[in-house]
Amino acid sequence: MLKLPIYLDNNATTPMDPRVLEAMTPYFLEHFGNAASRNHPFGWEAEEAVDYAREQVAKLIGADPKEIIFTSGATEGDNLAIKGVYEMYASKGNHIITATTEHKAVLDTCKHIEKLGGEVTYLPVNAEGLIDLKELEAAIKPTTILIAIMYANNEIGTIQPIKEISALARKNGVLLFTDGTQAVGKIPVDVNKDGIDLMAFSAHKMYGPKGVGALYVRRKNPRVKVTAQMDGGGHERGMRSGTLNVPGIVGFGKACELCMLDMEEDTRRISILRDKLETELLKLEEAYVNGSREHRLPHVSNISFKHVEGEGLMMGFNKNIALSSGSACTSASLEPSYVLKALGLGDDLAHSSLRFGLGRFTTDEQIDYTIKAVSETVLKLREMSPLWEMYKEGIDLNTISWAAH
Amino acid sequence: MAYSEKVIDHYQNPKNVGTLDKSAKNVGTGLVGAPECGDVMRLQIQVDDATGMITDAKFKTFGCGSAIASSSLATEWLKGKSVDEALKIDNMDIVEELNLPPVKIHCSVLAEDAIKAAINDYRVKNGMEAIKFEESVVH
Repeated sequence: MLKLPIYLDNNATTPMDPRVLEAMTPYFLEHFGNAASRNHPFGWEAEEAVDYAREQVAKLIGADPKEIIFTSGATEGDNLAIKGVYEMYASKGNHIITATTEHKAVLDTCKHIEKLGGEVTYLPVNAEGLIDLKELEAAIKPTTILIAIMYANNEIGTIQPIKEISALARKNGVLLFTDGTQAVGKIPVDVNKDGIDLMAFSAHKMYGPKGVGALYVRRKNPRVKVTAQMDGGGHERGMRSGTLNVPGIVGFGKACELCMLDMEEDTRRISILRDKLETELLKLEEAYVNGSREHRLPHVSNISFKHVEGEGLMMGFNKNIALSSGSACTSASLEPSYVLKALGLGDDLAHSSLRFGLGRFTTDEQIDYTIKAVSETVLKLREMSPLWEMYKEGIDLNTISWAAH
Repeated sequence: MAYSEKVIDHYQNPKNVGTLDKSAKNVGTGLVGAPECGDVMRLQIQVDDATGMITDAKFKTFGCGSAIASSSLATEWLKGKSVDEALKIDNMDIVEELNLPPVKIHCSVLAEDAIKAAINDYRVKNGMEAIKFEESVVH
C-alpha cells in the first residue's frame, strides 16, 4: 500500500539509509571516544573508525584519504574553501570568479570577500543554466586566484562542464573549487579526472547523517592550502579545528561506500522514474522543463506550469507530497528563485515552478500518485486562474499594464 | 508554513470562481496584482441598478492559497451588500477572518484593492466618477 506523505525533495535532504544508521550506532554508545585521544583504546577506536571513513569518502571521489578534511557540511566547506584560499593566496591576488546560479553559501561568502576588499566576477548562465567557457576565460586575469563553480545545481540539476573549466583553470594557474553537494554520490565525480583542486560536499544529500561533510583539498599537482577559519586544536591537518564528529563521520563513510556500490543501479532506476514523471507532466499544456535536459542530474526535474503559482499549486497536495517550489511567496520579498531568473525565465514562469527531487527510496507507485495529483491540481488551479483565461482567449499578457505592487 | 483551516477550506472549496460578462454595464471588473509578483486577482461584481445591491460576485486568482482564499472570501462578503457597504470592507477584516500570517497580509490588501477597482469600474461605466483611494500601505 502507498504510504503518504511521499518525499520528493531529495535535493534538500535525503533520508538516511538504514545501513548507515546501523554503522553509526556503536559510535554513539560503546565506541564514544575522541579521535584525538592518543593515549587510550577509546581514542584509538575512534581514530581507526575515522581513518576508515576517510578512506571510504576519498574512494568515492578518487582522492587520497589525506586530502579529505571533515567539516560540518557543505556550507562550512564552501566557506572554508573560498575564505581559506582568499587568505592563503592573498600575495598572489584577490580575484575570484563564480556564477550567478551558485548556492547562497558560495554567493554570500563571495559577498563577504568583496567586503574584505576582494574582487568577485559573477558569470551569467545561459537558458540551460550553463556558464560560457569563453566568458570564463575572458574573466581570468593576473590577480585571479580561484574559480568557484558548482558541479551541479541544486534547483535545476544542471551539470557544469567541470573538466573544461578545470582545463582553463590549470592553463591559467588558477585554482578550481567546486561545490559538489548535489553531484557527489549521484553521478561519477573524480577529482583527478575532473581536475578539481577543492570540493565541498555533504553527507545528508547522499543518504548519510546531517551535520557532517567534507572539503577535498588537493595535496599534489598543485599542493593546495587553505587558511583555517576556526582556531583551535589544529585538527584535520590544521585546516579545521574541532573535535571530530565520529558517529557522523562513520555514517558519512558508509553513505559514500553505498553510493559507490549502488550508483549505477540507483541512477538507472531513478532516471527511468524521473523521465516517466516528466513525460507525463509535460503532457499538460504550457508546461516547461527548466534547465538543461542533456547535462542534468538523473534525479532532478524542475518544471514550470504556466499561469499557476507554485506555492498555490503545492498547497493542492503538500499534505501528501513533499516538493519544493521556485516561488517565494512565503518570503516577504516575493522574489522568485534567483536561479530560475538567471536562466532568463520571466517572473511568471519562475513563480510557476516545482522542483521534483527523486531518490534511492522513490517508488514507481509514488511517481504514479504524484503525476495524478500534480496534473489534477494544475488543471483545477488553471480553471481558477485569470491569466489562464486570458491566455486561452488569446490575450498577450505582456500587453497588459500590470499594477506591480 | 501551515495554513489556517479557513484558508485551506477556501482553497479546496473556493466560492464563486468564474467570470461575469465584463462588457455588461452592470458588471464591474477589478484586475489587480501582477504576474511578476506571483499574484493576480480578478474580482467582478454584478450590481442591481435599481437597488444598488451587489447581486453576484465572481473571482479568478493566480496566486498562493492565501490569495485564493482572500478573493474567495471577498466574493462571499460582497454578495448581498450595497456598493457603498462594499467599500467599507477592510483588508484587516480578511486577515482576521482567515488568520493570515504577516507575510500573507499583502493577499488581503490585494483583495481590498480588487474590490475597490471593481467598484470604480462599475461607477465609471455608469457615468459616475471614480473614487480616489489612498494608496494602500502594505504593498
